[in-house]
Amino acid sequence: MEEVKEQTGHMPRIGEPAPAFEAVTTHGMLKLEDFKGSWLILFSHPADFTPVCTTEFIAFSEIHPELQKRGVELLGLSVDSVSSHIAWVRNVEEKTGVKIPFPIIADLSKEVSLDYGMIHPGQSKTETVRCVFIIDPNQIIRTILYYPLTTGRNMDEILRIIDALQTTDKNAVATPANWRPGDMVVVPPPNTQEMAEERLKQGYECTDWYLCKKKL
Amino acid sequence: MACISPDGKPTESGSKMLRALQAGLKSPEEIAKEASLPLFRVRSGLRELSQAGLAKQRDDRYELSEKGAELIK
Repeated sequence: MEEVKEQTGHMPRIGEPAPAFEAVTTHGMLKLEDFKGSWLILFSHPADFTPVCTTEFIAFSEIHPELQKRGVELLGLSVDSVSSHIAWVRNVEEKTGVKIPFPIIADLSKEVSLDYGMIHPGQSKTETVRCVFIIDPNQIIRTILYYPLTTGRNMDEILRIIDALQTTDKNAVATPANWRPGDMVVVPPPNTQEMAEERLKQGYECTDWYLCKKKL
Repeated sequence: MACISPDGKPTESGSKMLRALQAGLKSPEEIAKEASLPLFRVRSGLRELSQAGLAKQRDDRYELSEKGAELIK
């Protein structure tokens, strides 16, 4: 049991402060606190110079301008050296013309990987799985996604989650299944009988008292 | 280091930050805007420039040190 814990490290949860770190990256030494005030997507990949990871890095670079518009920074991570990261991003640019604009943590000590529960020994004892941590400007973990080694991530879904989180934060609402920006949002359920009766008079589109939607 | 080369000279991003400090005390946010660099890069870069004695922190703002001013003359 102790051995498993040693291999997996801490498993962070949504709503908790993101574990602090100071790490060597392709953009120099960076601390988590350097990102304070911005949204941050911290994501891990299994290894440099591997095919699925290369497609993901190109895809993350393609959505980078959209993320910047939303005040979101990207930070990659794998258990590789900074020289390997530099060689890989140069190779990606040379072969595909795509410049990787965001920093990548070189986590050879696995310190950050273990603090964020990025190593899942059932998949690999030495590589990080495909994790995505969406961290808000107050450095609270708001979303965690885990993908297996063999499945590349869906950038549309990552952008959709960012849009949903920013919309719910701004408007104190929730977003229904398959929500997209511009769709109706869910009004928080009422806490009292009086509120339940009142909301039916407020012009929302209600299926019943507990499921009401509105346009923003 | 991202802002200072192994030969002790500031890199392009380091020089941008030092030049932004030429006009006096500035916050990391002001430097990021002026140097067109991401705020996280500026925060980490200012740590490096301070450690190298090229910039000085005063409360939440930064200014050039004598050494830093000399370097970008």
